[in-house]
Amino acid sequence: MAEPVVELHGVSKAFGPVQALSDVSLRLVPGQVNCLAGENGAGKSTLIRVLTGALRRDSGSYEIDGHPVTAPTPASVRAAGVQAVYQELSLLPHLSVAENLFMGRLPARTGIIARNRLETRARKALDEVGLTELSPHSIVERLPAATRQLVEIAKVLTADSVKVIVFDEPTTALTEAESERLLQHILRLRERGIAMLYVTHRLEEMFEIGDWVTVLRDGGLSEAGPISGYDEDRLITAMVGREISSLYPETHRHAGTPALRVRGLRRFDRSPSIDLHVGAGEILGIGGLLGAGRSGLLLSIFGAAPIVAGQVEVGGKPVKPSGPRTMMNAGVGLLTEDRKVLGLLPELSIRENVTIASLRSGSRRGLLPGREQAEEADRLLDSLRLRAGSYDQPVSTLSGGNQQKVLLARWLLTKPKVLMFDEPTKGIDVGAKGELYNVIGDLAADGLGIIVVSSYLPELLGLADRILVLRDGAVAGELPGSAAEEDVLRLASGSGGAELPDSEPPDSELPSGEDESADGGEVAAPRSATPPRPDDPGGVSRDA
Amino acid sequence: MPKLVWREPIETTTITNRPPGGAPDDAAALETVPQPRQAPEPTAEPKRRVVTLGDIAGRESGGLVVLLVAIGALTLASDEFLTGNNLANLARQVAIFGIIAIGQLLVILTAGIDLSVGSILGLSGASTAQFLVAGVPILPSILLGVAIGTVLGIVNGLLVTRALLPPFIATLGMLGIARGLVLVTTDAQTIQGVPDAFQVIANGTILGIPNLLIIAAVVTVVMWFVLARTVFGRYIYAVGSNPESARLAGVPVRLVTISVYMISGLLAGLGGVLLASRLGAGIPTAGTGFELNAIAACVIGGASLFGAKGSAIGAATGALIMGVLNNGGNLLAINAFYLQIAIGVLILVAVGFDQLNTRRSAAGG
Repeated sequence: MAEPVVELHGVSKAFGPVQALSDVSLRLVPGQVNCLAGENGAGKSTLIRVLTGALRRDSGSYEIDGHPVTAPTPASVRAAGVQAVYQELSLLPHLSVAENLFMGRLPARTGIIARNRLETRARKALDEVGLTELSPHSIVERLPAATRQLVEIAKVLTADSVKVIVFDEPTTALTEAESERLLQHILRLRERGIAMLYVTHRLEEMFEIGDWVTVLRDGGLSEAGPISGYDEDRLITAMVGREISSLYPETHRHAGTPALRVRGLRRFDRSPSIDLHVGAGEILGIGGLLGAGRSGLLLSIFGAAPIVAGQVEVGGKPVKPSGPRTMMNAGVGLLTEDRKVLGLLPELSIRENVTIASLRSGSRRGLLPGREQAEEADRLLDSLRLRAGSYDQPVSTLSGGNQQKVLLARWLLTKPKVLMFDEPTKGIDVGAKGELYNVIGDLAADGLGIIVVSSYLPELLGLADRILVLRDGAVAGELPGSAAEEDVLRLASGSGGAELPDSEPPDSELPSGEDESADGGEVAAPRSATPPRPDDPGGVSRDA
Repeated sequence: MPKLVWREPIETTTITNRPPGGAPDDAAALETVPQPRQAPEPTAEPKRRVVTLGDIAGRESGGLVVLLVAIGALTLASDEFLTGNNLANLARQVAIFGIIAIGQLLVILTAGIDLSVGSILGLSGASTAQFLVAGVPILPSILLGVAIGTVLGIVNGLLVTRALLPPFIATLGMLGIARGLVLVTTDAQTIQGVPDAFQVIANGTILGIPNLLIIAAVVTVVMWFVLARTVFGRYIYAVGSNPESARLAGVPVRLVTISVYMISGLLAGLGGVLLASRLGAGIPTAGTGFELNAIAACVIGGASLFGAKGSAIGAATGALIMGVLNNGGNLLAINAFYLQIAIGVLILVAVGFDQLNTRRSAAGG
């Protein structure tokens, strides 16, 4: 086995009174993928920040190629060959791909950019990560998330010295198929003898590409060893500190009267119309590839995005989805995918974030609701086991899982009949995931209609009683909760040609240009391959 | 500097334990009801919480300290400072300016900015004087003057929410338009001959307290109440924090935004009327540069131009600090030019400290 290119030994780091890392050691060996596992708050990000020079360690040693690193800065560490690909992308959205790739070291003569040289270099860098069709002149803003992630990797690879690459949850924003592509690239990098540290919440990814796993728990090193010595249960045990029987709640539920019914919903003039319904006490899963229109559908049902046609009924009463407030009053709540941009009010306190949607209903003559509502909010937060020093602290100080709980509490406080979750566990660690699944199961058991959109298939299949698969903005089919991952993927990508026309509205005003989806994604699945009425894949359930 | 708790120590996470009761009704069964006002600590020990001055006095603490120090220093340095006469003078100088700063604060809290308050003040004041001179009774004249400011404020709000112009641009345009309007309608001449009864409003006293001070104090208290105790006030902070999130939480973002520009315009109009009353004349160029002073007062008082941070008390404190410095400079016969430098430095220091705090708490979180 080769010598490690980077070695951390006994590293500790404290923030004030809180010990974020204590006595952690890490070895990164060329040609190996070391997976870093741990719950949120276990110290993963702190360790990465120490590694990349963003934070100064309090004690312990840090060696690159056997040379001790005494005063690391991001620049010096990068120059020494330690590169990082972050979950939150560092690309400049308004600039072109080529400019982004070489930002800070654009090829130039006397200050004037050498455009030809820039283009050839960019071309080469993009080819290297398999983006052979992407023009270096494309504006980053207009690229899909997966492509951006690959551009980010291409950028890292253009550095003068690449010995180590740190991947911080690179697949969070990607669908299964895209993640797969990314992992293949990582395996290729491994063959080139690059040492990699890979951080992810998706356990199966670790088993797919990992050689070695380092598990952190509560700031300390829990375990480390070759991944072949682990299975999923053992890994979770190492992360959480005890065994977890099952992540997903039991599914013995009966769908009651329809809590939400959507008929003929069309988001744009030429987009296909969508019908769906979810019963009280039922969990409806919505699957599909990125860009299939899942998030847009939820936003439209919630009245936050315009629609051109369609009827929405909540609890049997027709509601016009004219705005979030209307839908909220009708009893619908939406937990958005992007908590930072479309959910949290970062400067406001935890409690203020919870009560914001219920202020009006609890208010008398425009005054803020009294203590009762605050206490109810506190009780909700307690019951969700929110971990915070005080409910008065700004919500931005919480970790992802706890922020999600705050948003969940916000909607529970409005006493909804229907709750919609868009990628509920994105960026949330295993422990908090299990808690969230339990809560979702309990809510359904209490008679709420639940809709869950997820790109993470085990989650979708584990939670949902019924799964609706979208493709290009249209319903591609419906599956029972017992379906297999392959069934969902087949419907989502259209590869199996599994189209279920009867799940689409029978009305005659189907848009003529149906195959030109409004999102016009480059991943548009070929509709021509659609046979008129194939056999059901995996058995289609048609419960009323 | 507020030290933020980085993470509470947890024994283990709870997964297979009792499922957390999601429904509001049975939620109470899980934990004892936390005492209100106390930091509820369901499972974790509260021992790691660090309380600082910022936690207690909020973001205005810095401004209050500066204000007290300035007052203390001036009391020692000048015999005249703590005299009733001087304080009344100070109050009259600060009052109008404080009223505008409060209006500006609302806009700043939504992460906007209102550059038109100075011009609106000039237009409202001069128009009121014109109405009075034309023989319109006092009360209708005042109402008309304030209404002009209110309408222009609504226009600002519509430009921002409907035409989707950046607040800076929308109100920059309004700054030019309002100033141009007043110069056209007055032909750039001072309007003289307003009735004495009108002048009493700003120059009179009640129980020895200048009317202007009373009006400014009422405006401050009302706005403090609106911001701290009403749903509308909370919505203002929500819009400033993240308008999209606020919208998805059912906050009427457009209405709130239009309202803050309207209130800013209304208070600028009120300021114009009061200034006309105090000077006994309508001066077309009155209020030039007030917008920047109002913004400075907000910033010194702890408001963040990125929105959602700041308070009415803070803005009033900021206005007072600037007034006290000016007043003290006069008493001590310090060149007014140096005072400008001092106020500039004060703004930089105030915001610099704030940045430092933010970065520290970010590093600790």
